[in-house]
Amino acid sequence: MLKFDEMYEKLTPAKAGQDQSQSQSQGQVPGEGVRAHYEAYAQWLARQPDDVMRSRREEAEMIFRRVGITFAVYGAKDEDGSGTERLIPFDLIPRIIPAHEWASMEQGLVQRVTALNRFIHDVYHDQEILKAGVVPREQIEGNAQFRPEMMGVDVPNNVYSHISGIDIVRAPDAQGKGEYYVLEDNLRVPSGVSYMLENRKMMMRLFPDLFSKNRVAPVAHYPDLLLETLRASSPATTAEPTVVVLTPGMYNSAYFEHAFLAQQMGIELVEGQDLVVKDNFVYMRTTRGPKRVDVIYRRVDDDFLDPLAFRPTSTLGCEGLMGAYRAGNVAICNAVGTGVADDKSIYPYVPKMIEFYLGEKPILNNVPTYMCRHPDELKYVLANMKDLVVKEVHGAGGYGMLVGPAATKAEIEDFSKAVLANPAGYIAQPTLSLSSCPTYVESGIAPRHIDLRPFVLSAKTVQMVPGGLTRVALKDGSLVVNSSQGGGTKDTWILEA
Amino acid sequence: MLSRTADHLFWMSRYTERAENTSRMLNVNYETSLLPQSAVAAQVGWQGLLSISELLPSYTEKHGEVTPRSVMEFMVRDEDNPSSIISCLRAARENARAVRGALTTEVWETHNTTWLEVNRMLKSGEFEADPAKFFEWVKFRSHLSRGVTLGTMLMDEALYFMRLGTFLERADNTARLVDVKFHAAENDFLGAAGEHDQEYDFYHWSAILRSVSGFEVYRKVYRDVIKPERVAELLILRSDMPRSLHASLNEVVSNLRLVDSDPYSETLRHAGKLRADLQFSRIDEILATGLHAYLTQFLDRVNTLGGRISRDFLVPSAA
Repeated sequence: MLKFDEMYEKLTPAKAGQDQSQSQSQGQVPGEGVRAHYEAYAQWLARQPDDVMRSRREEAEMIFRRVGITFAVYGAKDEDGSGTERLIPFDLIPRIIPAHEWASMEQGLVQRVTALNRFIHDVYHDQEILKAGVVPREQIEGNAQFRPEMMGVDVPNNVYSHISGIDIVRAPDAQGKGEYYVLEDNLRVPSGVSYMLENRKMMMRLFPDLFSKNRVAPVAHYPDLLLETLRASSPATTAEPTVVVLTPGMYNSAYFEHAFLAQQMGIELVEGQDLVVKDNFVYMRTTRGPKRVDVIYRRVDDDFLDPLAFRPTSTLGCEGLMGAYRAGNVAICNAVGTGVADDKSIYPYVPKMIEFYLGEKPILNNVPTYMCRHPDELKYVLANMKDLVVKEVHGAGGYGMLVGPAATKAEIEDFSKAVLANPAGYIAQPTLSLSSCPTYVESGIAPRHIDLRPFVLSAKTVQMVPGGLTRVALKDGSLVVNSSQGGGTKDTWILEA
Repeated sequence: MLSRTADHLFWMSRYTERAENTSRMLNVNYETSLLPQSAVAAQVGWQGLLSISELLPSYTEKHGEVTPRSVMEFMVRDEDNPSSIISCLRAARENARAVRGALTTEVWETHNTTWLEVNRMLKSGEFEADPAKFFEWVKFRSHLSRGVTLGTMLMDEALYFMRLGTFLERADNTARLVDVKFHAAENDFLGAAGEHDQEYDFYHWSAILRSVSGFEVYRKVYRDVIKPERVAELLILRSDMPRSLHASLNEVVSNLRLVDSDPYSETLRHAGKLRADLQFSRIDEILATGLHAYLTQFLDRVNTLGGRISRDFLVPSAA
């Protein structure tokens, strides 16, 4: 597979195999022709002694531990008494994006998230897009994430996904030029923004000189924007809304982030047991009696929000919350039922949504997706299966998936049969060559695959801080950036020229 | 503030205070055991330490015979013992973690660092190499957490509930210490001691004083040789002795006043009455009616007060 790197025009081909990291020592990277926006950093990096960078890495780890920036691993127990809390590996080499590329990405994100919110509103109201036949009705109503409870419910500003995490990768287009592609829209409870903020803080602490030399766009105002977004999403019942963060509790894997955001915004971090609904209003139990809650930034899935409406055994939510919500007495962010728009089967329709609702051409690319439900696309998929990634529409976590280039002839034949038997259940995409970025690994610096998750905030306006969270797959050749699978993170620089 | 948050803050401080007091008692016992004294006296000391925390049965079940090494092991690093130092520091840190957003960064990092460090020290053998140094360290981490709290926290409910926890726990711990130590010396008490016991007495009472940082305080206040009734007075009735029952109850009452919006609440009345009893008592009266009975009743009332605070503020049954 073609190697495509963020820092270098070209990776050294002879060393581009899986053993390249073995022969590298610190400070040497297998590549030539540093790209313009990385030049200053590459020169700086080349001047850093190995032992200094090593001690910086140790310092970073020590600080992350002390501050308690950890995530919980379910069912794991460390012998050193640190329990089930792990650090997410933090890489010292930033991922750099030139400001002009970000400017167009930002426009594309505003456009995409606006259209997605219009879509969710439409799905739960007049369903114009279904009537127009742009999105097939069965794709919505047969979707497990579709919440009939939300039909006809009006939400403030008609916004459903207040916080959207849009996963973006960079890969070469047909001409070998870099292009950004949206891989996935996360519209339920996207996480990771605390790492974006803490990574920047860490970089500024470890390498203050870098920030005086490079014009890196700041991100620290994210909690301010978030609070503004949440307050602007309040129901009309109050002028001074009380906003809370709802967490499943301290054993949730993202608990650090929940506590962090609540603290940064100066609002209460509540659990389901702290909330009570009375006469269709939500209250929290305080030392001075019940206090009304107007906006809930929930970090709990739909299914667990209200045992009366959804999963009856849930103790993470609050009885009667949906009633208060439907009555318009409390705002839930993100809204209930956003999952209907971030499903794999809906993803291919997003460009059409943008055209349908906004009358605009999509600025950000989707990964080209073949929907086997269309006969001509099915034909193409069957003929080219060896070059494609074929995915079951409702599959997740790598199940029900065929990676063509890695599959045997027999596997392809079997999968073809399955696709033929139920074409509507499958989509296919070309195998992308994700970009890599130089990263510290055990033996030195080596290219590792990365993605980017910007966090888009929507209420009366759509806004975001420049950049997002860059995740990196630390295993050689791996494309999996999830923290639960040994992924790490990097600071993300939007660099002014 | 959320009731649950107040609850975590309250218990965070209680566990920190408990870890400190356990450490103080262990340290004094450990240092006393280095003195040339009869094996019986040492034994009484270690046994008393377990009785203070009502742990003798669970200890005996696990270790049988009372030996210094096993008691220290049990009280320092045994995670099955809910009163061990490691268990207290874990509980303090877990409570802090549950409400880290309600704490200043400094307060949270103090608790988290204590937790990370105590694990490292117990794992690396630093504790066994120098137990006294370890006990000092635990004590100073508690000093630090109180200082960081006072130095950085906004002066609002969060702080008051933390202070409430600290002083309610301290009142309880000091009362237990006095009870057990006087119990141990009961046979010799009030003039019954023979000449040969004088040396033993000195070390016994000075150990109690040192475990509450009261040795110098005693000399300063009384300018007298160490007499048991004065030790009792200092630790129970003196309002200027920071670890006495009276001083602790003063803090409990004033912090309770700050969080209770009702100046006539039952809980406040209970606390005030308990404080008044200390304020207007005399040590000779208390000793005449029996110290053990007095302290047992005191512990009961502190326990009831804790329950009331819980019910009123921390885990209200209805909204």
